[in-house]
This record gives sequence, C-alpha cells and structure tokens, in this order.
Amino acid sequence: MSLKHKLFAATALSLITGSAALAETITIATVNNGDMIRMQGYTDDFTAETGIDVEWVTLEENVLRQRVTTDISTKGGAFDIMTIGMYETPIWGANGWLVPLDDLSAEYEADDILPAMRAGLSHDGTLYAAPFYGESSMIMYRTDLMEKAGLEMPAEPTWQVIREAAAKMTDRENDINGICLRGKAGWGEGGAFITVTANSFGARWFDEEWNAQFDQPEWKEALEFYVGMMEESGPAGYATNGFNENLSLFQQGKCGMWIDATVAASFVTNPNDSTVADSVGFALAPNSEGVEKRANWLWAWALAIPAGTQKEEAAKAFIEWATSKEYIELVAAKEGWANVPPGARTSLYENDNYKSVPFAKMTLDSINAADPQNPTVKPVPYVGVQFVAIPEFAGIATEVSQEFSAAYAGQQSIDEALEKAQALTNEAMEAAGYR
Amino acid sequence: MARSVTPRRKALNTAAAWSVGLLIFFPILWTILTSFKTEAQAIADPPLFLGFDWTLENYATVMERSNYGRFLWNSIVIAGGSTLLGILIAVPAAWSMAFVPSKRTKDILLWMLSTKMLPAVGVLYPIYLLSIQFGVLDSKIALVVILMLINLPIIVWMLYTYFKEIPGEILEAARMDGASLKEEVLYVLTPMAIPGIASTILLNVILAWNEAFWTLNLTAAKAAPLTAFIASYSSPEGLFYAKLSAASTMAIAPILILGWFSQKQLVSGLTFGAVK
Repeated sequence: MSLKHKLFAATALSLITGSAALAETITIATVNNGDMIRMQGYTDDFTAETGIDVEWVTLEENVLRQRVTTDISTKGGAFDIMTIGMYETPIWGANGWLVPLDDLSAEYEADDILPAMRAGLSHDGTLYAAPFYGESSMIMYRTDLMEKAGLEMPAEPTWQVIREAAAKMTDRENDINGICLRGKAGWGEGGAFITVTANSFGARWFDEEWNAQFDQPEWKEALEFYVGMMEESGPAGYATNGFNENLSLFQQGKCGMWIDATVAASFVTNPNDSTVADSVGFALAPNSEGVEKRANWLWAWALAIPAGTQKEEAAKAFIEWATSKEYIELVAAKEGWANVPPGARTSLYENDNYKSVPFAKMTLDSINAADPQNPTVKPVPYVGVQFVAIPEFAGIATEVSQEFSAAYAGQQSIDEALEKAQALTNEAMEAAGYR
Repeated sequence: MARSVTPRRKALNTAAAWSVGLLIFFPILWTILTSFKTEAQAIADPPLFLGFDWTLENYATVMERSNYGRFLWNSIVIAGGSTLLGILIAVPAAWSMAFVPSKRTKDILLWMLSTKMLPAVGVLYPIYLLSIQFGVLDSKIALVVILMLINLPIIVWMLYTYFKEIPGEILEAARMDGASLKEEVLYVLTPMAIPGIASTILLNVILAWNEAFWTLNLTAAKAAPLTAFIASYSSPEGLFYAKLSAASTMAIAPILILGWFSQKQLVSGLTFGAVK
C-alpha cells in the first residue's frame, strides 16, 4: 500500500468512526527559504488527499526561533508543527517538549533517512523531528578563474592549497576577490563558519570537563590563518558579510571561491540570478594539512510536533507526506530533479535521475564527512558540528563571534579576542553549572 | 510682527528643507523602486536607480503566496481598535489631569511615561502566559488591549498638553450654564480639542500599525497583521530583496497614503499651542 493509499484509508477510517481528528486545520510555523516556500505551494495536494487544511506561519529564521521557543516553553499551543533545526531538536527532545516520531508508518520508510541526519535529530536514539532537507558546507569555485590562474582544484583540498589559489585568483583591479567567507557576528552566521574552520585545525570548544579551549594553540592558528587569508584575498568589509552578502558577491562574479552551505549550489547555478552560473565547480570543504577533520558543517531543517498539541494525528500525517519519497517525486515531476529538497533521504542519492544533478554527489559526500558525535580531532563532551547542543550555546557563541568579528574588523587583536572569548565562555558555563 | 525673509534666504531654506526631506524619504523610495526590479537587478552593483526594466512580477508572486487582505484587515482592526480604545480612556484621564489636578498629577504623568522605558522582551513571558490563560493567544482582541496599554501614556500626554491650552474658564462658564460633566466633556471640551485629538489618533494609528514586537510574538495564523506579512519575506539564506521590498511597499502603502492626506492636520496638531 503506498503512502497515498494509506492516507486515503486513514481519512476514510476517521470519517467512519466519527473521529474528527483528521478533519481539521493544522498550523505550521516555518522559515522563509526556497524549499519551504515550494512545499507551501503543494499544500493543496495534501489537503485533497487527506481533508486536512493547513495554515502557514512563515517567518524569518531568527524571528521564528524566538517565536517557537516562547510557544513551546510555555506550552502555548499556537502551532501543531514547528520547523526547527539540528540545534533545537535534541535539546527540546530531552526536555520532553516534542512528540517522539518513533511510530511512523512502515510505508514512510524511516530507515531511509540519511544516518547523519537521523543522528542529529534524535535524543537517546529516538527521532524527534523528520528532516525536510539537509545541508552541509562545501567549496563553490569559479572554474574559469581557476583555469586562468593555471590551477586545478583537488578533490580533497587543504586550507594551504585554498589560500594559495585564492591569492592567485585575486585581481583587485577587476574587483575579483580570491575567496569570500562569512565574518558576520552571530552564532548561526560567522560563528558557525569559524567553528568548523577551527574543527579543521584540530580545535574544540570545550574539553571533557567543559573548560573553554580558546587559550589553546589550535584556535589561535585557525583565527590567524583565516584573518591572514581574508586580508590577502577577501573582499573589503568581510567582517560584516554573512550568507546573503557572499551569495550576492559570488553571483556578480566577484569571488573566486566561496565556502558555504550546500544549498547555495542551486542559487549560484541558476542562470536567472547568477552571472556565473555556467562556470561553477564544487569541492569538499578543506582541512588543515595533517588534520583529518574537514571544515564542513551539518544542518537540517526538520518538522517536529510540540507535545500537547490536540492534533497530533493530523500533524503526523502532514510530516509523513512532506518528508516522504512521494513528495520528492512530486516536486521532481513538476519542477525537475535539481529542485527537490536535498540531503534528507538515502534513496534520493541512489536515484539515477538525481545523480545527474551537478552538485548532488558533493552534497552527499559533504554531509557524510560531518560527524556530530565527533566533530573534531580531540574528544568533546558535546554533540554538534558547528554548534554545541546545549541551551546556553546560542547566547555564548553570539558573544564569542562578536569578539571575533571585532578582531576581523581590526578593532582588537586576535589574542585579545581569544582572551575575551575564553573568559566569557568559562564565566557563562560556570554560572550555568557545567564547571 | 513677522520677520522679513530675503528671497535668497527663502531659497536656501527651501533647498535645505527639501534635502532633509528627501534624505529621510530615500529609504522608502529605494524600497519602492527595488520592488519593481528582478532579484538580480535588486543586488546589481553599481545599484540601478531608474534605468531598469520595470516588472510587476514581485507583486504577483506576493499576492499569489500570501493572503494580503487578511493581514491588512488584521492591521486595520488592531491599529484602529487600540487607538479608539485608548482615546476613550485617555480623554477623561487627560481632562482630570488638566482641569482638576491633584498634588501628585505631575508625578503620575512622569510615572506613566517611565513605563515606556521598560524593554518589551522583559515582560514577554508573563504576557504570553496571561494570553494563554485567558485563551486570547493569536487573537486580535489581545493585541488591541496590549497596544492600547503600550500607547496609552503617549495618548494621555498628548491630550493633556492640548487640554492645558484650553482656558478653564470656558468649561467653568459651561458649568455655570448648567452643563453636566458628561456634557462639558462631550460638547464643550471635545469640539475645541478636535485638532489635538485628531493628531493624537493619527500618530497612534501609525505607532500601532508599525508595532512589530508584540504583533509578531502574540500571533500565529489568525491574527497576524502586516508586520508578520513583511517578516515572512525576510530570509538570511536566500536573496529575496525584490520580493521583500514588494511586501514592504504593500504593507506601508495604506499608512503612507493616510499620512499624506492628513499631513496638514498632523503638523498643525503636533505644533498646536506654545509649549511643545
């Protein structure tokens, strides 16, 4: 029985038994990005199949995070499904705030979810959110500029190779920067990028006793390397650049390389928006020579059900529909394989049609190269690659990234930034009872 | 006697006023222009001012994706409702403070204003929990009451200063003629204070229309006004500046038009009286 038939049967059964569980409206809070907006466009298909109406609350990522956190921590019940990420899911799951998704139907094939995604969206082995799409980070580079510089991108480049290539591609007269990277303050912006960069230099946020590690040489090496490379080959004002600023620079042909979310691949190769759509290549995120961890993160936007919702069955039916294989096929049939939500299901990467999408293999390889349980070389007491999955992290990392951004902007030295980061992190961890 | 102004000085003043006006209006003008560009044109460097192919595509996309009418209606009800409720409470309050002040009136006025200094996020959780308790989360009534309470100090202050300009003897004369308190406020005080009340209403409609903390945090699908409509087009991962600009233009258009037509009343109301 296909998922579609199952949903039909469930609807019919609910009508026969007189249950009103499915004949209702569910409210979903979500973020404003391409894949989510596309899903909203297909909601009518879901309503036609199940009779369940859907109301959307679409918000900007940071507003959404504040909004759903307020609601779930007060048991407000304003939403039946929330779009949350890998950071929130294990914490909220541990708090008992989410409905476990361990009883999804056999047709849904929960085992098909990519293992890395499943691990990041679970607590104690129980899945608490179903991934709608997943992403890692990788190198996007201009094949024409690489060729002009007489270079070839290795399949597994090191930071040292990247720095050299960036310097060769830089052409200040023609406004071409060899490399564009995030520097903007914020735990999810520059904070995420510098954390994975530090991982690839062997640094870690905390030792096994939750002591901050910013006084260790690996952090200093990572920051000095990053600042040195950006001063040589980065755009002016990089300390305030985030995803959107770099996307804009890359699309206008002003970056030789850009290391960022794999989801950006579909933007930079779209000829409607990008002036360099025909000459973009992809490579794995780099590592420092001799360090086995690469600078790539792992993230998923996933759908979760807040505990206490009156419409749990309808919410589950929606999650099964939106994150199913059938949904992927629906989008592929209407909009092409390049537009399906990536990074969630193993079967997608076994599909011959999808294999022809230029960034498909690199996305999967990047996702597989990230390990939330062992994000860096040394052992850590936390889970998470570009974040530490504890409630205090967002606040601490925002402050730390502000100190780093001030160093990028030349307002203080790297040593000063690291000293302040060390002090404020240890202080916050002590206050929170970790140390 | 009016001071004589030379034509040269007048021209300079006019030029300075236009420059300041354009500088302040420029971000709005840029938003409106961007809303007619494609996403690629919106981020073009150097920026395109007028020389681009104008398109209505962003507006079509926004209209297709969102129920603009519902957001607009919610904004009208919330901004209008909170202002009217505020005026109903503030007129008698300002009357008593202006015409029958007590020893503590000045202190009360200052204390009322001091409530504006509290950061809204500091009371987010108590208000959210109260909204759940009263079953008014994601309802227009909750926002009408909260925005009224937030703006009440400003409404009372504005009305108080307008009322202070009205000679108390006129009200006394009305009382001598046998007017009751209700008649005195309704038929004598209010008609004389109409310009002040009108500008207070206008200013508070604008404040309530633009309020983006409580309107985002206390709503979901049902009561969300135009601030939530704008927030749904902002994205840290993806360049949707042209669509965001179209949504912003649609959200500010009603209040911009209202402000344009009533600017005379607004200015005369705000500059009414000698002590401003």
